[in-house]
Amino acid sequence: MKINIPTPLRAYTGGEQTVSVPGATVGETLQQLTGAYPELRQHLYTGEGKLRSFVNLYLNDEDIRYLPQKEATPVEESDELSIIPSIAGGCRTNL
Amino acid sequence: MLHLSFSDYSALRAHGEETYPHECCGVLLGNSTPEGNRVRQIVRAGNTRTDRAHDRYNIAPEELIRIQRQARTLGLDIVGFYHSHPDCAAQWSQTDFAEAHWVGCSYVITRVDQGKAAITNSFLLTGTSEEDKKFLDEPVEIEVSSVENEQERGQP
Repeated sequence: MKINIPTPLRAYTGGEQTVSVPGATVGETLQQLTGAYPELRQHLYTGEGKLRSFVNLYLNDEDIRYLPQKEATPVEESDELSIIPSIAGGCRTNL
Repeated sequence: MLHLSFSDYSALRAHGEETYPHECCGVLLGNSTPEGNRVRQIVRAGNTRTDRAHDRYNIAPEELIRIQRQARTLGLDIVGFYHSHPDCAAQWSQTDFAEAHWVGCSYVITRVDQGKAAITNSFLLTGTSEEDKKFLDEPVEIEVSSVENEQERGQP
């Protein structure tokens, strides 16, 4: 399956903007990805192994957080996984 | 250094004037070069923070994915983002910093005073991780093409 790598993480995939990895589920393909590119792990996951809160993972056009099976969702070769760090901010510092 | 055409520079500032008193936001598409990020196209995005759009912005990930696809078909990358600060300094805030995760990208901020675009600044997010990231002031080079020169002079 093809995984789209965002600009800031390409430094850890040898500059590749898309990477093809095998796997039967979203989780398996992510394991393959971080196995092939170990430096990616700390940018995607916290020290406790949880997906960082600002990292969005989309299977085609679906946020995997809202898929019933989440990372256990089965994938096909033609599917596309996108890693998208969030974009937000604002002029006031107060909450 | 961030390289930006005069028309894109004008367009992103105009976007901030249009959405005033709310923050505007958008994406800078282009190429990363040894001389800095070079913008080839800007893409407007919607601000999903409708609860407090006067001092917050957020671009939906779904929209970012669409823009990223658009960029790929054009042979471009996402090289930065822009947003406005209505009646607020053209400097990054702690909120901007906390929410900045695209290392290597330019974050352009335009101050909009009473509906009129004032100063526009750019900040380059540098570092290797969330723990050591920082914003650096980034000079902006506005490139005026010959066509834009002609238009500025009011010629065809």
